[in-house]
Amino acid sequence: MTGNFFYFLTFLTLFAAIGVVASKNPVYSVLFMIMTFFALTGHYILLNAQFLAAVNFIVYMGAIMVLFLFVIMFLNMREDTEKHKPMLSKFAAVIAGGILFVVMIAALKDVDTQLANTAVFDSQIGMVENLGKVLFRDYLLPFELASVLFLAAMAGAVMLGKREPGEQNRF
Amino acid sequence: MNDIPEVIRTIPLNYYLFFSTALFCIGIIGVLTRRNAIIIFMCIELMLNSVNLLLTAFSSYRSDPNGQIFVFFIMAVAAAEVAVGLAIIVMIYRNVRSTDINILNKLKW
Repeated sequence: MTGNFFYFLTFLTLFAAIGVVASKNPVYSVLFMIMTFFALTGHYILLNAQFLAAVNFIVYMGAIMVLFLFVIMFLNMREDTEKHKPMLSKFAAVIAGGILFVVMIAALKDVDTQLANTAVFDSQIGMVENLGKVLFRDYLLPFELASVLFLAAMAGAVMLGKREPGEQNRF
Repeated sequence: MNDIPEVIRTIPLNYYLFFSTALFCIGIIGVLTRRNAIIIFMCIELMLNSVNLLLTAFSSYRSDPNGQIFVFFIMAVAAAEVAVGLAIIVMIYRNVRSTDINILNKLKW
């Protein structure tokens, strides 16, 4: 049952990821991307990482993809606006990516992935209370520094989005 | 309550390794084949997510919460990155009326 669910989610994720790359219309790309994130949220739930599943659902699917969709609608992109690379360079790109895939699989094929010691296995590490304890005990400084990063990102986005005095007023 | 989840018992960790590698390679192919800056940006998100999934899988299989904290920070940094990156793309569009990256090929030199 769980195994079938894993294969289904994996298939869905890879299908949607190929859809992101292959679809001509940017709006369809974003919708496929949302599907990818939805399937990845399912993977997180399967792995018993419920905090990350919630964060992935809210932050990625809710906030980031809405931002992408908003920008694409804002810029009024249509199917025929994107020029395509020549067929040869697309082919070369797919070959390069495929070769990287083959090399990685060949390198990781025989890797030894033993299970952790089952006596001390704790299946509850992905819950909010456990992750919160670790986050605020061991990673308090990075957590606070992330807020500085967000402040800088917010100031940068506002500064970049502001219209400059000499700019053409076309948009 | 403390027994091992079924997915960890039935699915080997190698499958997650292969799956994340495939997702990462799809992202790379997207970055190399497309010319629209927004699509390239989304493919970078795809690569980030494949790494997130693999970190979570290792963390769950090893029963070690540190990996999931890392994923949390990656998500925080990705959110900040998307905000700034999309602001840059909108600014480029306002100036050159296009998000085609070949217009910006002077950045190579």
